[in-house]
Amino acid sequence: METAWIFGLMGGMLIGVAGLILLLGNGRIMGVSGIFGRLIDGSAPSDWAERLTFVAGLALAPFVIALTLGGAPTHLTSNTGVILAAGVLVGFGTRLANGCTSGHGVCGISRLSLRGLIATLVFCAAGAGTVALLRLLGVL
Amino acid sequence: MKRFGIAFVSGALFGAGLLISGMTDTQKVQGFLDITGSWDPTLAFVMVGAILPMMLAWRLTRGRRPLAGGQWPAHPKSAPDRRLIVGSTMFGVGWGLAGLCPGPAIASVGFGGTEGLLFLAAMAIGMIGSGRVLQWLDQDTATA
Repeated sequence: METAWIFGLMGGMLIGVAGLILLLGNGRIMGVSGIFGRLIDGSAPSDWAERLTFVAGLALAPFVIALTLGGAPTHLTSNTGVILAAGVLVGFGTRLANGCTSGHGVCGISRLSLRGLIATLVFCAAGAGTVALLRLLGVL
Repeated sequence: MKRFGIAFVSGALFGAGLLISGMTDTQKVQGFLDITGSWDPTLAFVMVGAILPMMLAWRLTRGRRPLAGGQWPAHPKSAPDRRLIVGSTMFGVGWGLAGLCPGPAIASVGFGGTEGLLFLAAMAIGMIGSGRVLQWLDQDTATA
């Protein structure tokens, strides 16, 4: 087994424990598109501070770890058009589908939710198709 | 106060997990989606690692109440519908294009440079726009 896979499994377990804490503690599903989306569109006036606190922890912890490691590569494309198109698609799509990798993927599948499973299969297939197309065009 | 502590610890652990697992690196994510090229299975390990504690969590909700009060999240009422399929397809295309989904986009904002900030801003615009369109669609069905 490669080292990256072991780190993947360990990091994944941390993500699962984070979801466990939010569910058993606050009774909330750890879905980032919902937590962040409802924070910024103002559709959750009663618990915006709780959402903001979660988002702050989510941004702060990896920043501190990356700082102590002397940086972490993201390898994000520098093509502004691609970044804008991808960002809008991810934002629009996850709110339309009411969930992303964390909400549908991690929390939905673990609850044996049909919606979560189908959403995950669909976005993985669409993602794989897009990457295959980028490969075909020679940009990846 | 308890709710905020729980939310912060959960967010921080989630962010740490994303960084440690390599999921803030768009190359690893696009590598997972690259099934016809050089496939990188790391993301599958992350999903398995995350789903196991969450299966335990759902089991532990039985016969209990959330620690900080309130109710358990309700089961989604609707079956898979058009919005779920169309939305997930759009998300998947964006995910494949850049290798970022909402969690890692926020988690890498402190070290992702201008490109990372730009993605986050575009994602926020898409999210707000989606809410507006949904509102409009719902109004349309209500008056029809």
